[in-house]
Amino acid sequence: MTTETPKPSSVEIDAVKVTLADSLVGVALEWSEFRDQYRVVFPATELLKCLNAFKSAGFEQLSDLTAVDLLEYSNATDRFEIVYCLLNVDTGLRMIAKTYLNEPDLTIPSATSVWSGADWLEREVYDMYGILFSGHPNFKRLLLPQEFQSFPMRKDYPVKGRGERHNFPVITRAES
Amino acid sequence: MATQINKQLGDNVFLTTLDAAASWGRANSLWPMPFATACCGIELMSTAASKHDLSRFGSEVMRFSPRQCDLMIVAGRVVMKMLPVLQRIWLQMPEPKWCISMGACACSGGVFDTYAVVQGIDRFMPVDVYIPGCPPRPEQLIRGIIDLQEKIQKGGTINAREFKLRILPEGPPRFDEDELIRIRERNGFKLDDPTYDPVH
Amino acid sequence: MPLELLESPDLNANQREGLWTLNFGPQHPATHTTLRLVLQLDGEMVIDAEPDIGFLHSGFEKLGEVLDFNQYVTIVDRMNYISPMANEIAWHHAVEKLLGIDLTPRCKYIRTIFAELMRIHDHLLCLGTCVLDLGGATAFMYAFNEREAIYEICERASGQRFHTSYTRVGGLLYDVTDDWVTMVRDFVRNFPKVYRDFSGLLMKNRIFVERTRDVGVLSREEAIAGGATGPVARASGVVRDLRRDEPYLAYEDFDFDVCASQGGDCYARFQVRMMEMLESIKIIEQAVENIPAGPIFAAGTGKESMPDKREVYRSIEGLIHHFESVMPNRQMQAPKESVYAATESPNGELGYYIVGDGSFRAYRARTRPPSLLHFSLFSRMMRGCMLSDVVAVLGSINIIAAELDR
Ligand code: SF4
Repeated sequence: MTTETPKPSSVEIDAVKVTLADSLVGVALEWSEFRDQYRVVFPATELLKCLNAFKSAGFEQLSDLTAVDLLEYSNATDRFEIVYCLLNVDTGLRMIAKTYLNEPDLTIPSATSVWSGADWLEREVYDMYGILFSGHPNFKRLLLPQEFQSFPMRKDYPVKGRGERHNFPVITRAES
Repeated sequence: MATQINKQLGDNVFLTTLDAAASWGRANSLWPMPFATACCGIELMSTAASKHDLSRFGSEVMRFSPRQCDLMIVAGRVVMKMLPVLQRIWLQMPEPKWCISMGACACSGGVFDTYAVVQGIDRFMPVDVYIPGCPPRPEQLIRGIIDLQEKIQKGGTINAREFKLRILPEGPPRFDEDELIRIRERNGFKLDDPTYDPVH
Repeated sequence: MPLELLESPDLNANQREGLWTLNFGPQHPATHTTLRLVLQLDGEMVIDAEPDIGFLHSGFEKLGEVLDFNQYVTIVDRMNYISPMANEIAWHHAVEKLLGIDLTPRCKYIRTIFAELMRIHDHLLCLGTCVLDLGGATAFMYAFNEREAIYEICERASGQRFHTSYTRVGGLLYDVTDDWVTMVRDFVRNFPKVYRDFSGLLMKNRIFVERTRDVGVLSREEAIAGGATGPVARASGVVRDLRRDEPYLAYEDFDFDVCASQGGDCYARFQVRMMEMLESIKIIEQAVENIPAGPIFAAGTGKESMPDKREVYRSIEGLIHHFESVMPNRQMQAPKESVYAATESPNGELGYYIVGDGSFRAYRARTRPPSLLHFSLFSRMMRGCMLSDVVAVLGSINIIAAELDR
């Protein structure tokens, strides 16, 4: 076989790498690739700076923001992984940016100032994992009741809960 | 004398009890309140829509205001955050009233055996007819409504005396997890112990 | 209230005084399912609309960590329940990407046909119920008649009319038969006629047009920054369609147009949905005539895909194969990697972020629900609208509570 022509997306991501190396001098970015998806790991201490640089590198849309609890993942050294799925709307290039976070300090700056779509996604991450986003305009639980105590998507929370679903008054026919 | 009256009136007079007359009326003029939360609600819609046409069976006037209804159809799963709303709407409905629990989720939690989903609404409020299926076909829902009509016709009384007798919740006996938690706490378990799972 | 006040989100206490708070939902017919809005009204003008969601949060993602890749398909079905099969296709698309499986052409075509049928399914319900809320019941009846036809097609292929659970890793539950093909052909033939009636009832209906035009406007910039995708984004002028931009399944083989509009209002969103139905019919028409022959399961090491059911019942090899693919310690192993894969579901970009941990189940199965991001834009769309427009805007962004809350 002849040498393969590089995929268009790999040309684009190379350009992005160059731009980011310029704008994020001194920040350690770790690139990897799996099944044509480009991933970058950046340090949580430089979060806002990195996100702003990603945005100026063309990633105008935040497709998804989520977290993974690595408590039971083999060989994991960190507790939480925060995942930002980014999309360049014009070229269709995608990039997955990740950062790691450890207990006890689960606070990171909010990305709402960069992408307004991060608003509810961050509230959901807080709701499910208990990660705090500082600087969020309206920070409270999104899906679960406000008085709920635990963070159900953490790996140490049982699937069937701790009996919350059974804590209601019973109405009988005679009462109603 | 009696034959004379018979001859004059023919088949134009019926004798019945007031109870039976009232039940007959109630059974054939059900006003459902669709409490549709999830997928079963879509099947409820298609039961009321063109092909299956629920109105052939005397219960088409869907009203979304609980105060105008006498049949609540709980279609779909009910979760922690929704159950207080469900109970409140049930209390707002005027007597006599009935409840159909449609779909596996409303009956028993269905495939969602998770922290958020109530494992059967009958643990917390009375239910008259259960319709199994995930989702039940429209024909099943129609059958359920016909069954309810039969139930009303058989057991109904004009001042709803039959409801007064039922002071217990009607579903399966409640699995008292709170009690279980209390017992275990007495024995030294902690609720926020990560390995602690009260269900098992 | 003067217009500049509407622009500023932070009204001070003085200005808030004359306002009126209205609680909308969680049990309200126009929410179709369960969500709650807290509206701040000045007379009939909506000053602020704060959504409160979570009334159907049932722990889907937690279940995704417990069930294996084939089992979880029954749960994703229940996510966007007005187009169940679109979820299955998206889920297995992501799983196959993680496992690196290439589908057979036949499987690709069948999945494509179903994906497009589901698009029609979804748009019909969205349009039908919205117009019901706006006061016209006829279009709703027309829509449901066609939906029943699609239900029958699903039932013929999978045995279930609603939650089909039809896809499997690397393949499909059953192969389709010739009379299924005939049913799809009939549907394709009949649909344009119904479509004409339907669009006459909607898009030429003056009441409908006046209640949706210039209502709930979303600009292009807001749509991009807020993460809008699918018909909502395309109605605001973001011409992006994953079927064309990141081709998956068999979409590369077909000729179709991406429908977009400029207005960004409710009418534009409905228009895009109407046009997309015709494009979907076009795709189905091309696909159903050219379904390639061959197996439906991808060939590979054999473990990743289930064997054909007929083989399971009739031969010892098939039975062993089946056992191997369902027994936890013999199953295929997913790489210890993560992928994000998205498909163009009727509602927008439906993506899954899956983390594999070396077993046949996901360590983390995250759904990127289009409804969540669209609904977070709701208060922006509502600013300056009337109370009666709430229903129109809600209908036009097609919020599905189970997908919203998961
Ligand atoms: S029973 Fe099935 S169809 Fe009905 S709400 Fe539950 S999951 Fe959905």
